Amino acid sequence: MATITYIEHSGETHKIHVENGKTLMQGAVDNLIEGILGDCGGCCNCATCHVMVDDAWVSKTGSPSEQESELLDAVPEPTETSRLGCQIIVSDDLDGLIVRLPEEQF
Amino acid sequence: MEDKTCIIIGASHAAAQLAPSLRQQGWQGKIILIGEEPHLPYHRPPLSKTFLSGEQDVESMLIRPAAVYEKFDIEVRLGMRVESIDRANKTVTLVNGECLEYSKLAFCTGARPRQVDLPGVDLKGIYYLRNIADVERIKSRVIAGNRAVIVGGGYIGLETAAMLSSQGMKVTVVEMAPRVLARVTAPELSAFYRRLHREEGVSIKTMASVTGFQGREGHVKQVLCADGEELPADLVIIGIGVVPNVELAEAAGLVVDNGIVVDQFAQTSDPDIVAAGDVTHHPNLIYSHSLRLESVPNATEQAKSAAASLCGKTLVYNALPWFWSDQYKVKLQIAGLSQGHDQVVIRGDHKTSRSFAVFYLREGKLICADCINRPQEFMISKRLIAQGQSVDPQRLADEAIVPRDF
Ligand SMILES: Cc1cc2nc3c(=O)[nH]c(=O)nc-3n(C[C@H](O)[C@H](O)[C@H](O)COP(=O)(O)OP(=O)(O)OC[C@H]3O[C@@H](n4cnc5c(N)ncnc54)[C@H](O)[C@@H]3O)c2cc1C
Repeated sequence: MATITYIEHSGETHKIHVENGKTLMQGAVDNLIEGILGDCGGCCNCATCHVMVDDAWVSKTGSPSEQESELLDAVPEPTETSRLGCQIIVSDDLDGLIVRLPEEQF
Repeated sequence: MEDKTCIIIGASHAAAQLAPSLRQQGWQGKIILIGEEPHLPYHRPPLSKTFLSGEQDVESMLIRPAAVYEKFDIEVRLGMRVESIDRANKTVTLVNGECLEYSKLAFCTGARPRQVDLPGVDLKGIYYLRNIADVERIKSRVIAGNRAVIVGGGYIGLETAAMLSSQGMKVTVVEMAPRVLARVTAPELSAFYRRLHREEGVSIKTMASVTGFQGREGHVKQVLCADGEELPADLVIIGIGVVPNVELAEAAGLVVDNGIVVDQFAQTSDPDIVAAGDVTHHPNLIYSHSLRLESVPNATEQAKSAAASLCGKTLVYNALPWFWSDQYKVKLQIAGLSQGHDQVVIRGDHKTSRSFAVFYLREGKLICADCINRPQEFMISKRLIAQGQSVDPQRLADEAIVPRDF
């Protein structure tokens, strides 16, 4: 179990307990966090679960796969720490993780 | 709690979004979700992909876990069919005779496979593929070395062919049209999929119509084609499209025309009733005509509009249609709808590679893109289509120009 902080573009903050083994995307969908859509259900097909990982956590969340990188390159406002929420699997190591959500998921 | 009740009929993608969205929009009354299948709403796309292959189980396919429905105080009644609706008295009657009152009603009844009426279709070993129960039956017949025939060369048929072949079955796809995916894509893409399947050992027989099935001891053994060919088969899957589940709505007197007719707010002809998902015939504002879509993003986004309408708010459903298909290691992502295009532009090598994009233009504007292992082209196309911008076909085709600079 990890406590994840999702910060919406508006600044609204959600602190959520997410079970180990779930993805960041699923954690957001289960809690109806508006800034994450997860259209494709988590198969790395749509980039509607774009999150920006807090700098301090980047080493823990790891780096994106090739398919993920390509999608991320084409999101409206990619950043150095952009990831797809469906590709980050929650574990105890990520307890305290902070991610920011973009203005729009497209 | 208020004394109002919203009943949602059908428990799949649309419903799984509509029910919690209702709470978010401020609905304080009861919410009852009624679904005929015995499962909580689950992701349907993996059925012909990772669920068929055994990589995913039912639990991991649930759209939201049971706890979420509890948290949002959504009463879920599974394995229960709604039999009829009485709009005058605002009640629904369930298959067990129970009668429930509603203040608001939502149709999320989706679609079902189009059935064929051919001799021998009732033999064992012949299936349709729409839900978990179907795939569980199919899985019990997947035996390496045995023969499978897929009737219908649409996306679901081709995905299923890929999965069965990956599991060692000898697979033949039978398609009536001159090419697979004929209804939805350009000839170049059809030719690509034909090549892909051939390279992976699946044979595709086009311009072939199935006239019946023959069996032994009640089990299918052959698929009969109009040209006289008899294809040996131990397993047959029929995937020739779907029909919307409109009968309940029709019997209740709602306006139905290839789906339950709704406006851009997912509102039906009855102010207390909305509909969302595969079952709706709705206006598409980007393409300026009405249509019925079969896709997950359509179901979820339209459900959000439906939830708003039920709460007396307005949220226009105005999303760009998109779709995906996974076959072997090849990812197809489709942005938009190609219907009505007057120009096709190809980027990359569709003849020998497994990475290219097909762009469809109308009057100089991009209206659709089929992207094979080209996520960037897909992402950028979504935006270009939604913005209705004119594009330069030469730039689209020029691999020296990155998608961002189209
Ligand atoms: C094998 C397969 C692969 C697919 N792949 C993709 C893909 O890759 N990408 C994509 O975007 N889409 C895909 N789709 C399409 C996608 O699954 C549908 O668009 C989506 O499921 C539509 O959701 P829905 O909620 O509108 O309806 P449905 O999923 O059709 O669900 C309707 C539900 O309502 C229930 N129901 C109907 N009538 C009643 C009644 N009277 N009482 C109670 N319950 C009732 C049904 O039993 C059903 O469970 C695929 C579909 C299939 C079958």
